Amino acid sequence: MKSNNSILNLRQKLDNKEVSSLDLFTEASNKAHMYQDDYNLFVTIMDEKIEQESNSILAGIPYALKDNISTKGILTTASSNLLKDYVPVYDATVYEKLKNAGAVLVGKTTLDELAMGGTGTTAHTGLVRNPWDKTRQIGGSSSGSAGVVCLDIVPYAIGSDTGDSIRKPAAYAGVVGFKPTYGLISRYGLFAFASSLDHVGVLARSVRDVSLVTDVIKGHDPKDMTSLASDNIIFSDNLDKDISGKKLFYIKEICDYNTSNDEESKAVLDNFFDVVKKVEALGASVCEVSIDKDLLNAIYPTYMSISCAEATSNNANLVGIHFGNRLGKDSIEDIMFETRTQGFSELIKRRFVLGSYILQKENQEKLYLNACRIRRLLVEKLTSLFMEYDGLIMPASGGIAPKFDQKSDKLSDKYLLLENHLALANFGGFPSITIPSGFVNKMPVGVNITSGVKKDLELLNIANKIEEKLGYKDMIVGEDNV
Amino acid sequence: MYKVVIGLEVHCQLNTNSKNFSSSLNSYNSLVNTNISPTDLGYPGILPVVNKEAVRKSLKTAIALNCEIPKFLSFDRKNYFYPDLPKGYQITQMHNPIGKNGYLMINVDGVDKKVLIHDTHLEEDTANLNHYSNYSLIDYNRAGIPLLETVTEPCLYSVKEAISFLEALRSLFLYCNITEARSDKGQIRCDVNVSLMKDTDTKLGTRVEMKNINTFNNVKDALEYEIKRQTEILDNGGKVVQETRRYDDNLKMNFSMRSKEDAVDYKYFVEPNIPKIKISDELIQNIKDEIPMLQYDLVNKYINTYNISRVDANTIVKDKKIANYYDECIRNGGNPITLANFITGVILSHLNKFNLTIDKINLDVNDLNSLIKMIEEGKISNKQAKEVLTKALEEDKNPIYLVNSMNISQITSKDEILKVVREVLEENPNLVKDYHDGKRVFDYIIGQIMKKTRGRANPKLTADILREELENSTL
Repeated sequence: MKSNNSILNLRQKLDNKEVSSLDLFTEASNKAHMYQDDYNLFVTIMDEKIEQESNSILAGIPYALKDNISTKGILTTASSNLLKDYVPVYDATVYEKLKNAGAVLVGKTTLDELAMGGTGTTAHTGLVRNPWDKTRQIGGSSSGSAGVVCLDIVPYAIGSDTGDSIRKPAAYAGVVGFKPTYGLISRYGLFAFASSLDHVGVLARSVRDVSLVTDVIKGHDPKDMTSLASDNIIFSDNLDKDISGKKLFYIKEICDYNTSNDEESKAVLDNFFDVVKKVEALGASVCEVSIDKDLLNAIYPTYMSISCAEATSNNANLVGIHFGNRLGKDSIEDIMFETRTQGFSELIKRRFVLGSYILQKENQEKLYLNACRIRRLLVEKLTSLFMEYDGLIMPASGGIAPKFDQKSDKLSDKYLLLENHLALANFGGFPSITIPSGFVNKMPVGVNITSGVKKDLELLNIANKIEEKLGYKDMIVGEDNV
Repeated sequence: MYKVVIGLEVHCQLNTNSKNFSSSLNSYNSLVNTNISPTDLGYPGILPVVNKEAVRKSLKTAIALNCEIPKFLSFDRKNYFYPDLPKGYQITQMHNPIGKNGYLMINVDGVDKKVLIHDTHLEEDTANLNHYSNYSLIDYNRAGIPLLETVTEPCLYSVKEAISFLEALRSLFLYCNITEARSDKGQIRCDVNVSLMKDTDTKLGTRVEMKNINTFNNVKDALEYEIKRQTEILDNGGKVVQETRRYDDNLKMNFSMRSKEDAVDYKYFVEPNIPKIKISDELIQNIKDEIPMLQYDLVNKYINTYNISRVDANTIVKDKKIANYYDECIRNGGNPITLANFITGVILSHLNKFNLTIDKINLDVNDLNSLIKMIEEGKISNKQAKEVLTKALEEDKNPIYLVNSMNISQITSKDEILKVVREVLEENPNLVKDYHDGKRVFDYIIGQIMKKTRGRANPKLTADILREELENSTL
């Protein structure tokens, strides 16, 4: 099934006065309520339309924001019990930019608590279910943001991505998920998980739509010292160039039938190599590149070490003293202790304990600094490959969205490689996009394309041409797709 | 007897307009919790933005302390839970301080000493906690104020050296205009480390740390107390325990806070939200050019070039504004020695009496120089000049105008004096006789002349003229 509600279509309808922005808001809001019980996509659904006058392309068009992005006066929980009543006093830059562009907020979407985890199962409001199959996860942590797009509630949603939190759920939901180069979109107001890996990004139903949105929300922000100037770049104007002659590569050790030998991952790899053929048919080349497997096996532990270390520090403000759900009362220590002990889920506490352990003086050299070194090695390796190639193309996941009770062997090659390589783009701040590439067992799968730093323009061009070729643009949930 | 070894950590709030990582006002004196922003409160999603002025002032200090300056500026997080730390971590510089391996020259009782600086680093202040019987209040106005921490090596061997260093460092801060350094406002605070060792020992003794001491007097008291405490322990054959002790300036005693085993692991790591910032040679040179001559060099210059005493030199350099005033007087042709005498005497006692700074009094350098010139030319006496200056300062009048209107300038005209001498002799013919008879009336006659001129007649000239007149006079 295809949606007619692309940003350009809605723009045209609004400009021709076929619909009003209130009509669009009401429709989106009704759909949001209608699906809420089944899928738990929202933490907050807006009662009222807030819209600023603007002639931007996004004016009057509804969207959703992940609930870890600060919105002044609007509940922002990060899907954590600790923040279940937290109402921020300031706006995130990305929200401010969308507000100024006249974009209409429909709601705040559910995430894995504090954006940690990739299952959509740890929100304080319960499980997020996959609209393609209610018995399956949608992935995370931008769980709700992926769901609202594939159900056609809104044309796009804002997410955040620290390891794969936009690009993995996008694959599981059959939508496009893009995180640009680190710094292209300001992080000011994004609840920090792991600052050196965190990105704000966009989920939508086409490469064009993620490009249009990124054009509005990118830019240097004096409030974010790591943000980059990009005023003279317009992504959405550069999508249609011919990509023949472009050089892509995939990593041999990760796309290996031998390491992921269950039927499902074989089907995923079949899908991937089918995509490779289609890309070659566009006149681009796709090469196989080999990288030291020991280095690749280190991606996941490196990601865990760095992200948990930064997370334990970033979330040390959640103590219930000056905001948050305060528990305990006997003393300052008691308040902090009870607030955190009861406020966080087990997964969060496990990661904080890990992060704390990794940063301890006696462990830092071995666990934290070594992880930083491996990160650098991986980034150097990829950066040198990006000198030669225009992009890395890979399956976005090792399988389809898992069942809620499905267990994975976290030490298997499949888990270490095929399920977790997307973090490479976070290590280097590389622009990275997942687009739908077909179906395996009636569930959507995607391919991911990643390019060198600041090559967003070229990446989106390549992704758009591949998307055209694959034919899953504007796809929404429905039997007829499969 | 034991050898005392002291190390100091001096925290100093920088006098920037805004806080170190946010645009809130750097003003701790305003109504509580008014100079705050989401960043100072550590709300979810905030990011630090480095204050350029704070970096400049820190660099200035680091350069003035002869430190090695890193090629890049970077910050680290110091992680610990406490309600005065809203983010749960303090942004500081652990791995790459803005200055390291420096030194500051001081002079203790005429002896030069090079105090080694381990490092100086830029960080942020915490919120202020006020504890009451069953509740506490937090004022976040202080949270995020730029704080420069300067750490010495354990190289100070007496309380006197420690205090001299602190005074020299405060002077450096003031000369570089990086802080108001008001200890009553908590703008300058000290952590001190003390250990004792026998003269024959080669290894440093066990050190004890005392944190957050507010005034130099308290530092002195705290050190003396702790040295006495450790001496008694060692004398009795005991062992000093490595620990942190809290000094209570009301009780003038210290108390154990925590031992080495309880020391907090701050889990330092690089602050990921602040990219490395290049410190260019050009920037360093620009800042270097802004640094004035500092206390130690200035004292030496005054002593060696102007031949004034160390005591006077020390007094003058204590306040940068006074030193500037002194320099300006000299630039305008004033006599350095007399100037030093006047500034450390009349002027300083006036400033102290009325609690003023030198820029608040109306004394033009040229007028002061002219007044001193009058002494040199013999127009007024030193004593008179001081009286005039005191009066001028108290009544806010021009001293030269006062000299003229008070009619106190000396009579140096030969004719004028001769006139008075003749008057006196004519009025007292018997004195001339007495003089020729060999009676000792000379001084008496001088006295009469002075009486008539209200002391304004130049004494030497008067004596010469009188003698000549008496010798030439006939009965």
